Order: sequence, then C-alpha cells, then structure tokens
Amino acid sequence: MIALKGIDKHFGHHHVLKNIHFHVKSGEKVVIIGPSGSGKSTLIRCINLLEKPSSGEVHVDGIEITAHKAPVTKVRQSIGMVFQQFNLYPHKTVLENLTLAPVLVKGVRKEEAEETGMKYLERVGLKDKAHAYPAHLSGGQQQRVAIARALNMHPKIMLFDEPTSALDPEMIQEVLDVMVDLAHDGITMVVVTHEMGFAKQVADRVIFMDEGKIIEEAKPEDFFNHPKNERARLFLSKIFR
Amino acid sequence: MTGPFAWFKWEALFAEWTVFGEGALMTLAASMLALALSLALGVMFGVMSTSHWKIAKAISRIYVEFIQNTPLVIQIFFYYHGLPHLGLSLPVFSIGVLGVGVYHGAYISEVVRAGIQSIPKGQREAAYSQGLNYVETMKYIILPQAKRIVLPPLANQAVSLVKNTSVLAMIAGGDLMYRADSWSSQNLYYGPAYVTTGILYLMLCLPLASLARNLEKKAEVHA
Repeated sequence: MIALKGIDKHFGHHHVLKNIHFHVKSGEKVVIIGPSGSGKSTLIRCINLLEKPSSGEVHVDGIEITAHKAPVTKVRQSIGMVFQQFNLYPHKTVLENLTLAPVLVKGVRKEEAEETGMKYLERVGLKDKAHAYPAHLSGGQQQRVAIARALNMHPKIMLFDEPTSALDPEMIQEVLDVMVDLAHDGITMVVVTHEMGFAKQVADRVIFMDEGKIIEEAKPEDFFNHPKNERARLFLSKIFR
Repeated sequence: MTGPFAWFKWEALFAEWTVFGEGALMTLAASMLALALSLALGVMFGVMSTSHWKIAKAISRIYVEFIQNTPLVIQIFFYYHGLPHLGLSLPVFSIGVLGVGVYHGAYISEVVRAGIQSIPKGQREAAYSQGLNYVETMKYIILPQAKRIVLPPLANQAVSLVKNTSVLAMIAGGDLMYRADSWSSQNLYYGPAYVTTGILYLMLCLPLASLARNLEKKAEVHA
C-alpha cells in the first residue's frame, strides 16, 4: 500500500532522513516512535508529499507519486492526515470542515457529504457540534473533528502526525479512543506518537527511528519487552520511568 | 483691503457650486474605478508574490518596487507625456484611473502578501493533504482567512487613493482639485475654493476612515 524506497531528505545542511526503506501493507497499523528530531514527522509527511524527498521514491497504492507529473492531488484524496495542531479551517463550521474537500475535489454532492459527515461526527461523539466553529471547541474536540474531516474523504490510508502532542492530558484519551476504534475498521494506519499504550494496543509493527534512520522494526510485544538496539533501550527507559 | 475669506467671494462660490459638485463627482468616479483596478492588481500580484513560482515572484517584486519607489506624479506624467510617443494617447480621466490604480495596486499587493503570509502554514498543509490544488487552496482556505486581516489596511489604502486622485489636477483632469484650481485662478478667490475643496475631500474620506477603524475593531474581536 505504501512503499518508500531509498528516501533521503536534506533541509539545508541537515540530513534529516537517511536512505529510508519503509513498507506498509494494506490494513496494517504501523506506529513510528523515536526521540524528537529523529525524522519521524518528516518521514510520515513524505508519504503524502507534504515534504518532498531530496531523493528516493514514494509509492502509494501502486502509483509512484515522486515521479514527474504524478497525479499527486488525486492520490492525496485517498490519504487522510491528522496533524499535531489540528489545522481545522477556522472560517468554516465543523460540518463545513468535513464537506469542503469531498464536494470540491471529489465531486460528491453536498447533501451526501453532509450525510456521511454527520455519521462520522456521531462516531467521534461530536454530532451536536456540527454547526459550531472550531474556535469554540476544546483541543480534544478539535482533533476529533480533524479525524472526522479526514474520514469523510473515505481514505484508504490514515496518517497521524503526533495527534495528541498538543493536547492537555485530560483530552488525550478521548482522541486515542477514536483512533483505537478506527484501527478496528481495517484501515491502513501510520501513526507517529509518544503514546506507548496506544502502540502496544493497536500496532502490528513498531518502527523506532533515531538520527534520520530506522533503527529497529518489530512487533510491539518484542519491541517493548526485548528491544535489540541500545538507543531504543535508552529511549524506552526514559519513557517508562 | 478685503480678506481672503470675504463674504462676496463665498457668494460667488455658492452661485457656481456645480463646478465643485461636478468635480467631486468626477473624483468619486475616478476613485471607484481606480480602487477596483488597484484591488484586482493588488490581489493578483499579492498572490504571485507568495507563490513558489520564481518568475511570478520576480515579476511581482519588480512591479511593487518600481511603483512604490517613484513618485506618483512622475508615473502620471509618463502616461500623459510618454505614452503618446509610443502611439498610445489616453483620455485624461483614463490616465487618472490607470495611474492611481496601478500606484495603489502595488501597495495593496504588499498588504495582500502580508495577509497571506500571516495564515499559519498548517492551513495550506491541511488543504493539500485533502487533495486541494494550489488555486483551490488559495481560493477556499487562505484568501478567505487573509481577507479579515487585510480589510482594515485596505480601507486605509482607499482613503489614500481618494486623496491621490488629486494628481489629476496636474494634467487638467477635471477632478475636484482641478476645478478648484481653475475656478480660483480666474477670480483669485483661493480661500473659499480650497476650504470648500478640503471639506469635500473630508466628506469623501471620513466615512472610509471610520470604516477602517470599525474593521480593525472587528478584527481584534475575532483574533
């Protein structure tokens, strides 16, 4: 479903990603962890080309989107993304946030987009906020709306870039609950997070990154109980005190 | 010895008030057309200056720097004296609209650029991640948000624009300033002529200025 082949990324003199090879099968849940600055956010942003790799290939659903004149906007329609800072459209109501892209770029009828939108809002527990503006919602509510917004495009893949890092502690669980619920759906998920509980609960595979490289790749029970790499061990010991 | 504001001078002015009325209407018409032109140019070049397309950026930069760093009067004289040599003779009213519109378009372009750049980059990323292209992202996500931020400075630009249409007087443009000049140079009743003209400009500009203030207050509330 997703294949990154030999990805390098430079920001000026910073070599952020170093020869990354990364594959995700259809329906797989992959959690990426690692210290800050390890390149995990850059990696996930390469999957939908919000970050353009300096070299290497990105394939999504059989299409090489790094190719010249690749149908990038088309492919992005099938990849939902949830950001650390929510990035809801502040000038639109919650429901308009959900319907804007489906109507505009997928040509879905407005009534239909609203109908499915309400279903997703119900699923994230925010049906009663459909006509509120994002500024009137809490951080946790905004992030749940952001997830519903992504789902209303009926994506094949969902990317989560530190979805709970900007939230107050008491709001983290409500967002994780929605993500766990979503994981049971069989959708392909790639999640960058510091929530180890979530990783243990839903991940098929955990990827540990440090200094722009994938250092360890394992099933969650193996990774958390018997990390092979010294840096991974150190990282885990700092997180589980 | 009669003073500059002697009553009979005022009487003469009131008797020929249509001279000033027509001038004010001409100024109003030139202002509205120039404002429309400057908004169109300003949005276009403002958006170009934020694009990743280097040529568009460069063109926008050249336009803004060239226009902002030469006097409006010289630009007007270029259209009036220069263009005919290139085989293009425009009526003075059109020169006024074009000159003032192009001049303020450059300033509005900078206002629009600042407005676009003030929108967090996460907004663009969210739109791109949903499959919107550059134009859709600008039209539906970025510009509607930038609009709230740029409206107050835009209203201020409109005030300057109205006042700057007075350069038309230098090329016999028939605007308010020109009428005041020509009327008073015949009878030397400068006092009443310029006071009246000043008041008329004030009447045109004050509503715009208070609109700008209100928009600013509104923007603060929403921020």
